[in-house]
Amino acid sequence: MSTKSDDIVITTVCRRLAPFVQLFGLYVIMHGHSSPGGGFQGGAILAASFIMLAVAEGPATIGRRFSWRALTGCTSAGVLIYASLGVLCLALGANYLDYAVLPFAEPRSVGMLIIEIGVGITVMAALVSIFRDLLQY
Amino acid sequence: MKSIHLLITVVTGVFLMLGSLDMADTGDPASPPSTHVSPRYLETGYEETAVPNIVTAVLADYRAFDTLGEVTVIFVGALAVLLILRTDGEDDRP
Repeated sequence: MSTKSDDIVITTVCRRLAPFVQLFGLYVIMHGHSSPGGGFQGGAILAASFIMLAVAEGPATIGRRFSWRALTGCTSAGVLIYASLGVLCLALGANYLDYAVLPFAEPRSVGMLIIEIGVGITVMAALVSIFRDLLQY
Repeated sequence: MKSIHLLITVVTGVFLMLGSLDMADTGDPASPPSTHVSPRYLETGYEETAVPNIVTAVLADYRAFDTLGEVTVIFVGALAVLLILRTDGEDDRP
């Protein structure tokens, strides 16, 4: 799949639609603890927006938006955010991933939000990275 | 050799099916999953976590270590695809 779509309707609609898809993905991640959703679902929606752009505008569009290094770094960074929050809880004197000791008003809620963001980053970068690797074959 | 593989597969499958017969019925209020931790999560989950979505509270708080494993699986999956397929790139290192 090395050619881009020549249909102006497809490219225009995908380009106009992408910001709204990404906004919805961010909403799903940030509202994961008060409505259905979460890091996995929101990350998949975010990745879908970039994959949609790649299908419409050609695979080079992913390369313009993410370098190899940034994609791999984001994939690792999400796991790192998650695991380091657990280590932070350890350092504050509680069990691993026991958010109750975090210095916030509703610590367990905030802890969940932080790890959902980490999960979202990892899922988004992993799906885009896999898609980009598979595109070469 | 192929018949041995087939035999192992069939025997394992039969044992797995036999094991699944002992699983609790879905939604059975008297089954151990419904009487042990589920009521406690539903009754005290909101007070303890201040999160209205109990599914997320269980996944991201009570079972946070399990979710960390899930994220690691996705990370390792992307890493495996990267290591097998990626031949070019901006830098020479694979």
